[in-house]
Amino acid sequence: MISQVFILSSQGDHLIYKDFRGEAGSDVVGVFYEKVTALTGDQPPVVMNHGDLHFVHVRQGGLYWVATTTADSSPFTLIEFLNRLAALVKDYCGSLCEKSVQMNFALIYELLDEVVDYGYIQTTSSDVLKNFIQTEAVCSKPFSLFDLSNVGLFGAETQQSKVAPSSAATRPVQSSREQGGKSEIFVDVIERMSVVIGSNGVVMKADVEGEIRVKCFMPSCSEMRIGLNEEFSIGKSQIRGYGAAVRVDECSFHQAVRLDEFSSSRILRLCPSPGESSNEQTVMQYQLSDELPSAPPFRLYPTIERDSGGRLLMYLKLRCDLLPRSAAINVCVTIPVPRGSVSVSQELSSPDQSAELKLQSRAIEWRIPRFPGGTQLSALFKLEAPALGPAPLMEVGPVVLAFELPHLTVTGLQIRFLRLSPVQPGPSQRWIRYVTHSDSYVIRV
Amino acid sequence: MPYLGSEDTVRELRRHLSNPNVQSDPLRYRSSILKVIRAMSQGVDVAGLFSEMVKACATVDIVQKKLVYVFLCSYATLNPELSLLVINTLRKDCQDPNPMVRSLALRNMVNLRLPSLAEYVEQPLSAGLRDRAACVRRVAVLGWAKLHNLQPASEIDAAVVNELYGLLRDPDPVVMVNCLRALEEILKEEGGMAINKPITHHLLNRLGQLDVWGQCEVLRVLQRYRPQSESELFDILSLLDASLVSPHPPVMAATLSLFLVLCPDLPAVSFAALERVRGPLLAACGSASRETRFTALCHIQLLLRSLPGLMGAHYKRFFCGYAEPAYIKQRKMQVLVELVNDDNVAMLLDELRGYCTDVNADTAQAAISAIGRIGRSYSDQCLQILTGLLGLQQEHITSAVVQTMRDLVWVCPQCSDTVCSALEGCEETLQDSQGRQALLWLLAVHGERVRSAPYTLEGFIDGVRGEASPGVKMELLTTTMRLFVCRPAETQDMLGRLLHHCIEEETDMCVRDQALLYYRLLRCGMEETRRVLGGRRSEPSLGVLIGRPAEPISQWASSFNTLEPLKQGAGETETTGRASPQHVTFDLDSDLSDTLNSGAEELDYVCLEERIRCPAVPHCSPQSLQAAMQLVNIQTLAFTAAHASPWRVYLYTHAQQAARSALILGQLLYAGEDEDEDEAGLSEGPSPRGREEEVKVTLKQRPRDEKALQGFLSILTAVLHTLPFNTH
Repeated sequence: MISQVFILSSQGDHLIYKDFRGEAGSDVVGVFYEKVTALTGDQPPVVMNHGDLHFVHVRQGGLYWVATTTADSSPFTLIEFLNRLAALVKDYCGSLCEKSVQMNFALIYELLDEVVDYGYIQTTSSDVLKNFIQTEAVCSKPFSLFDLSNVGLFGAETQQSKVAPSSAATRPVQSSREQGGKSEIFVDVIERMSVVIGSNGVVMKADVEGEIRVKCFMPSCSEMRIGLNEEFSIGKSQIRGYGAAVRVDECSFHQAVRLDEFSSSRILRLCPSPGESSNEQTVMQYQLSDELPSAPPFRLYPTIERDSGGRLLMYLKLRCDLLPRSAAINVCVTIPVPRGSVSVSQELSSPDQSAELKLQSRAIEWRIPRFPGGTQLSALFKLEAPALGPAPLMEVGPVVLAFELPHLTVTGLQIRFLRLSPVQPGPSQRWIRYVTHSDSYVIRV
Repeated sequence: MPYLGSEDTVRELRRHLSNPNVQSDPLRYRSSILKVIRAMSQGVDVAGLFSEMVKACATVDIVQKKLVYVFLCSYATLNPELSLLVINTLRKDCQDPNPMVRSLALRNMVNLRLPSLAEYVEQPLSAGLRDRAACVRRVAVLGWAKLHNLQPASEIDAAVVNELYGLLRDPDPVVMVNCLRALEEILKEEGGMAINKPITHHLLNRLGQLDVWGQCEVLRVLQRYRPQSESELFDILSLLDASLVSPHPPVMAATLSLFLVLCPDLPAVSFAALERVRGPLLAACGSASRETRFTALCHIQLLLRSLPGLMGAHYKRFFCGYAEPAYIKQRKMQVLVELVNDDNVAMLLDELRGYCTDVNADTAQAAISAIGRIGRSYSDQCLQILTGLLGLQQEHITSAVVQTMRDLVWVCPQCSDTVCSALEGCEETLQDSQGRQALLWLLAVHGERVRSAPYTLEGFIDGVRGEASPGVKMELLTTTMRLFVCRPAETQDMLGRLLHHCIEEETDMCVRDQALLYYRLLRCGMEETRRVLGGRRSEPSLGVLIGRPAEPISQWASSFNTLEPLKQGAGETETTGRASPQHVTFDLDSDLSDTLNSGAEELDYVCLEERIRCPAVPHCSPQSLQAAMQLVNIQTLAFTAAHASPWRVYLYTHAQQAARSALILGQLLYAGEDEDEDEAGLSEGPSPRGREEEVKVTLKQRPRDEKALQGFLSILTAVLHTLPFNTH
C-alpha cells in the first residue's frame, strides 16, 4: 500500500508529487530530502522513517524515486514497483533524466493515475497502459553532429544507417502507434560480468548474469519463437554435444514463455496473449559462476617501482584476449594510487586515449575508447608523490576495468533464429543485439 | 520549497485562464492549464485558481480533463463549496459512452475526498460495480473503500459488501484483486474479509492469471487462512511451489512468507522452502537494481540466522563489486563473515584484505573489523593481515586495526603475543581518540610485554595538555596506573606528573575525580592498589564463541518481507563484536536495553537481593563510581543525580563462559535516611539495624549461574568499599 509517490531531482527540486491516500502532507518531501542528504557513509539509505511514515526510494537516472507508506509493506514490492515506474517513464518519455521528467510531467501524472489507485498498484504493463494514456511525450533531443553522420551524401542511405543505433529501442512506446507501418522487434542479449583476477593471473571469481530482453513494436504478433544455441545446457551435470557447450548454472523464464520445445531443440515460445503482455519483457534470466567458457577478456602485466627521485613509476601492459574481429569499447581502467600523490605524467600509446589523476577518488582513470581484440596497449605513469608512506606499493591497486563488449556474449549464448507468426505483413525489422557489460573487472597487482 | 513571486504567477495564470480567446482555442487552453499544474508540482500555492479550473473541467478534451482533475483533487478539501459545482460534470461523465471517461470521472469523484459529496457518489459507484467495462469496475470497487474511509463512522452497507464478495468471481483479474483490497479496508474492524475454504481455493486457482502485484496481494491475504487438514495444507503448498522460485523477487518473498506462516509446526517443510528460495534470492542479489540487491542481502541475513550453512558454497556471490555503494559493500561483508569455513577462509580473507585499502574510509574500517571477526576462529591468518595493514601507516587504517586487535585479544588471549609485538610504533600514526583509547587499553592489559610501553606513555603524558578527549585522558590514567603496578621503576616519575596535572590543572571533573581516586588508592599502599587494579583478565583456557547458534525460524518469520530487516543499522553482528566487557563505552547499547526488557518478562533468570554497608556510595560523584566499576568490568547504565533521594544506579556486566555468555544486571538503591521506615516495611528478608549507611543491591542474571552471581556480588562489595568519600 503506497501513500505517496514523489520524484525529486538530485538537488532536491520537486518534480512530481502525488498523494494517493491523504495520510501525510506534502511537507514530507522536504523531510525526505533532508534525511537522505544527511546520511553518513555507513547508514543504508534505502528505507528511512519519519514518525509512522516509511520512505522507500530508489535512485535512477540521477533522480530520487520515492514511495511512502504507513503500513509495513513488502520492500521487494515497493522497490520493484519504483524500478518499474522508472522503466515506464523511460518507455514513455524516451529517456530518463531530470529534463525529460520535467518536460513530461503531465504524462507522468497521467501514468501514475492509471498505475496506482488508492495506493494499490493496478497495472504496470505498458501495453495495457497504452490504451489509457492520451498525452503525447515531449522528446528532448539535443542537436548533435553525430546524428548527421548517419545520413549519406544527398540523403542516400549509407551502410552505417542500416545499423540500428543503440538508442533505437529507447524511443517512446507510443510513437509506434503513429508510425504504423514500421514494425520492429528488438531482442537484446545482455550480460553483466564481474571478475576478480589474482595477482598471479589466476581467475579467482567470475560471475555472469545475463538476460534476454524482447522489445516488440509489432501490433499483430501473436507468437514468437526464439531459438537458442542447440548445445545450450543448464547446470553442471547436463553436458550436450562435444564439449563446446554453452553452459549456465541457473536459468529462469518469464511466465509467458512456453517451454515445450525447450528441452528438445532449445526453442523459447513466447505467446503474448493480447492485452496482457507488456511491451518490454525480460524473457529469460541466467547466471553462470566461476567457469567461463573462454579466457577472461583482459590481462594486465604491471611493473611498479620507486625511482630515486621519490616518484612512483607504473608501467602497465594491458592485453585484450578477445578474437581479433571483436573489440571492447569505452574501456575505463581505474588504478588506485597511494595517498599523498599529487600529480601524474603519462605516456600513452595512442592519442585517443586519455588518463588523469582523480584526487577525489585517489585513482588514475585511463580511458580507452576502443580496444581491438588480440592487441596490447601499454602505458607509463609517473606519479609525483612527495609524501609517500613506507609501503606505497601495497596501496596501488587493485586495478578495476569497466568496459562494454558489443556483439559478444561471454557465455557464448546466441540466438539462432527469431520467427514470428503469423507472418508479418509489410516490412518488418528484427534486431538482435548482443552486449556484455562489466563495471567490476578487478585485477589485483 | 519557497517560490518567489508566486502571487504574480497566480495572477498571470488567472488572466490566461479567464481570457475568452484562450478558452476558445483548445490548444492554448490546455497549455495554460499545463502551466498551472507545473506551478503546483513546483510547490506554488495555486489554490486561488480553483473557480477557473472548475470551469475548465467541462470539456471534451480528455487530456485537459485529466489535468484539471489532478488540480481539483489536490485542492478540493480547501474549497468544499466550489467543489459541488464539479460534481454535476462528473455525474454527467459517468454516463458517457466512452468507458475511459466513465472510469476517470468515477475515480476522481471519490478522490476529491469530500465527505459532503458522499450522497452524490453512492449511486454512480453502485452503477459502476455493474458496468460492462472492466476498467470502470476496477475503479468502482476501490471507490467503495475510499468512501468508507472518508466516513469511518458510517455503517457498513451489507449489500455492498455482498456485491464485493460476488465480484471476487469477476472475469477481470484486477477487479478481483481490487475486491480483496476493498473488502480488507471496509472490514478492517472485523479483522479483514472472511478467508474460508472456497474463497482460498478460488484465489489459488486464479493465481496464474494475475500479474506480479496481484499475486503478492493474494499471497498476503492468504496468510490469514488456516487449512483444515494436513492434506489440504500440502495441496496448497504444492500449488505454491512454482511461485516460490519465481524470477520476480516480490512474488518469491510473498510466497516464502506465506509458507512460513502456514507451517510453523513443520520445520522440515520450512527449511526445505528456505533451500528452494536460495536460487531466486541469490539472483536478486545480483540484480541490476542496487536497491533490490540491498533488500535481498538483508533478507539473506535473516535466513542465515536459522540456516547458517545455507549460502556457504556460494560465498563468491557476496564479493563486493568495485562500483557498488558503501552500504551494499558493508552488508556483503557482514554476510561474508557468517559464511566463513575451513575451505573458503583463505579466499575470503584475501578478498577482504583487498577492501581494506578502499578509498571510502567506512568501507575500509568495516573490512578490517570483518577480518577481526573472522579472527576469532582463524586468528593466525587474520593477525598476519592485520599486522601487514599497520605497515601502511595510514591513520584510519591503523586506528581500525588497533581497535579490532583490542576486540580480538579479549576473546582470543592466545593472540596477545603477536598483538604486543605489532603495537610498537603505531602511536605515531594514530590520530583519532577511538584508536588511541584502544591502544592505551592494550598497553594497560599487556604493558609488561610491550618493551616500548613506557616510552609510548611518556609521549602521551607529555602531550596531555593538548589532549581534547576526556576519554583518552581517563584511559591514560588507568593505563599508567596499571603499568606502574607491573613496571614501577620506569613509570613512577611520569605517573607523578600525570596525577599532578590531572588533579591540579584538569578542568574536566570526570578526569579529575578519577585521578583523585587513583591518588587515594595509592595512599592505601601498593598491596591494595595491586589488588584493585589487578582486575580481571580473559582467561586463555576459556573457549571462544564461534558463530551463533541457529535460531528457530519463528524468531524472524514475522519480519520477513517487511521493511524491518532493511532498517536495522550496521547490523547486530557489529554490536555484539563491540561489547567486550572492559571497553570504556559511554553510550548505551541498544540491544542491551532489549535484553533488560525481555529479561523482565521471562523467568529464566536468577534474582538476588542483598544489602551492602557502604557509607561513601551516595556521596561520591557518578564519574568516580563509574571509573571504579570499570576497573572490575562493571558497566554503569544510568545514575540518578548525586544526593537525590532515592538514589539509584543501574549497572551490568557481561561475562563469557565456556559455552554461552552470561549477563548480570544490577540495581543499587539507596533510599535515604528519611524514607528508611517505608523501605523497611516493603522489603522482605533480614533487615539489620543501623541501616542508614546501607545500599540495597538487586541483581538479575541470565542464564542462571548462582556461583558466578555470588562472585560478582563479592567483587561489587569490594569496589563499593574502596570508594572515596567525596565531601561536598
